[in-house]
Amino acid sequence: MTTLSDPPHADGFRLSLLVRDKRYRSYTFQAIALIALFVFFGWLASNAIRNPVLQQAGIDFGFLADPAGYDINQQPIPYTSQSSHLRASFIGAINTLIVAFLACVTATVFGVFAGVLRLSNNWIVGKLMALYVEMFRNIPVLIWILIIFTISANVLPQPSAFRGDDPEASPILGVAALTNRGFYLPRPYFTNGIGAVPDDVPADGGAPVAQEVASIANWLIVLAVFAASFLAVRGVNAWATKRQNATGRRPSTFWTNLGLWFVPIILTLLILGLRWEVPELRGFNFQGGILARNSLIALWFALSIYTGAFIAENVRAGILAISRGQTEAAAALGLRPGRVMSLVVLPQALRIIIPPLISQYLNITKNTSLAIAVGYMDLTGTLGGITLNQTGRALECVLLLMAFYLVFSLVISAVMNAYNASVALKER
Amino acid sequence: MKKSVLLGTVAAAGFAAAGASAATLDDVQDRGSLNCGVNTGVPGFAAPDANGEWQGFDVAICRAVAAAVLGDPNAVNFISTTGKTRFTALASGEVDLLARNTTWTFSRDTDLKFDFVAINYYDGQGFIVPTALGVSSAEELDGATICIQTGTTTELNLADYFRVNNMSYEPVPIENEAEARTQFLAGACDVYTTDRSALASVRVTYPSPDDYKLLPEVISKEPLGPLVRHGDSEWGDIVRWTYFALVAAEQYGVTQDNVAEMATEAGDNPEVNRLLGTEGELGAMIGLESSWAENAIAAVGNYGEIFSRNIGEESAVGLERGLNALYTEGGLQYAPPFR
Repeated sequence: MTTLSDPPHADGFRLSLLVRDKRYRSYTFQAIALIALFVFFGWLASNAIRNPVLQQAGIDFGFLADPAGYDINQQPIPYTSQSSHLRASFIGAINTLIVAFLACVTATVFGVFAGVLRLSNNWIVGKLMALYVEMFRNIPVLIWILIIFTISANVLPQPSAFRGDDPEASPILGVAALTNRGFYLPRPYFTNGIGAVPDDVPADGGAPVAQEVASIANWLIVLAVFAASFLAVRGVNAWATKRQNATGRRPSTFWTNLGLWFVPIILTLLILGLRWEVPELRGFNFQGGILARNSLIALWFALSIYTGAFIAENVRAGILAISRGQTEAAAALGLRPGRVMSLVVLPQALRIIIPPLISQYLNITKNTSLAIAVGYMDLTGTLGGITLNQTGRALECVLLLMAFYLVFSLVISAVMNAYNASVALKER
Repeated sequence: MKKSVLLGTVAAAGFAAAGASAATLDDVQDRGSLNCGVNTGVPGFAAPDANGEWQGFDVAICRAVAAAVLGDPNAVNFISTTGKTRFTALASGEVDLLARNTTWTFSRDTDLKFDFVAINYYDGQGFIVPTALGVSSAEELDGATICIQTGTTTELNLADYFRVNNMSYEPVPIENEAEARTQFLAGACDVYTTDRSALASVRVTYPSPDDYKLLPEVISKEPLGPLVRHGDSEWGDIVRWTYFALVAAEQYGVTQDNVAEMATEAGDNPEVNRLLGTEGELGAMIGLESSWAENAIAAVGNYGEIFSRNIGEESAVGLERGLNALYTEGGLQYAPPFR
């Protein structure tokens, strides 16, 4: 009779058993691997400790509280050159998140469109989308960022071109100016609502001028109204489905939904006294309005269109993975092609699309660190660039930088994994 | 036993790492070449010429040191560094000497642990604008969009200048000279600011230099000079005195052409004799051959020759001597006695 493991020997433990005896062998090798790992990390650590740079300066995060001394152009939160390096780092972090969020949204839109259209029966559309995918994913994203930035800096007019009685360029519809420094867009603001200030009556007895309300609470009201509309529309749809299940006929909800979306928000904006601040050319630049800088636009567009090409392939793979019989069966039931896609194929394809999509979102977030190529002040530009350079605290800054990106990536990963779990096939 | 193996390995690795930072002079002599950190390409200061040979005012310092230490001005590996990578390159030992338009500041000297050994160019920060902008003074720049190299002292000076003068501006950070050129020439920024010497140098490379002008304001002191790592004073002395040898040579009329002749036998001027090794043992004191200064001067000429050849009024860059004249001619360049 054979057994898998030998019975313990009565004559006690010998050293050679560590290798020969199956009971001990695995432990022996694991111990050796562990020791090797410790020695390797010990070597890394001792090397770092004995590094002449570190020996002279040591590790010290105290510099984060010192005044940064430099200016940043895109400031989501208030900042001056007298603010601390820590605040400058946070500005960079927020700027990173802004461009990463924008790029994730548009890359998904580009990707889904290109992926679906690449499977189109129309030969030209299919080939065009194949061309898009192959062209954009096979050229490094840094090159795309630089190309788009250089083109926009050289093709779009300078602000000075808008000057004079007969300017070479004029703002679109008189409100939005596209310049080689960025897009100057009208900025909405409220004149009523929470924290309203009395109208400013000019001394010469002219018409009173409504003053801007500084409180951010009004924007929260707008968001709340949107959320309420969303819930109401969902309620209506659920009711329609219920009716459909009961009677076999789906009541028309189009006009109700349209009304639910638009009427409350338009009323809210009217009550809050919405006005628009239009950018005007004063001095060297346009003043007022919202400025979407050239660097943001180039980075955003390049990241979206580059990653969109990868997402398109994920989407195509997901759709192709759904058996053709599903499409044919749906068509046999009399569904139109659009509904076959949205009701039968995409919901199933989503389960295959989402896991690689998470990787693409993480790629976008990490690729935003190329921002300095176009002078966009992201985390790598502030903490990992100017702060590092002005303070000379390279190791500290890089450690912090790694921590920031790790946290961003883990959070995105966690959120997307939760979403994936919610759409995954429920196995019971 | 496990523990002792671990500690033994750690200790061995540690000794190997500690040995690397000792004497730079020995490292350079063993290697047979000098690793010199220079700019990525500023005409007149450091840029490769049509044959791929590095030329320029800062490059001359590298070549002079190589000539003094190794006897061969071409035994230099030029390593391009950006404003961001230069200090790491020096601190980590990738370069032995950094000669890259670097401003001597308190914190770089103390906190970053470097030694600035000399000032080879007294500079100040200025502004360049297109003439068409119609601006004649930096005080009219309120609200302007300004291109600025990140990671430089100019970035901090600019912030200070606008804050003190109660003006606003929109900074456009850029990484290197090429990017600044693209942006400034496209009009993506109204103004480009950096050291005036660099502005004068890039202006001549613009398609039509006359369409651009430097504003009169100089908003900072920018003493530029070569630097070495803190803690190796012998190496620092070699670079410092090689530089002073070039300055002294100008003062005493020793040129690239006549240095060989003057070094053959002792002349009338005892200081020149000591400098060129015909009298005394200065070379041995600094740990080099007695012909060290002669080699350096023969390789690149004296300070005045280096200046006029690379950035002087006869060159394309066309800078005046100004503060960089010898002290005998009203400038600040002054070499302590060779004694």
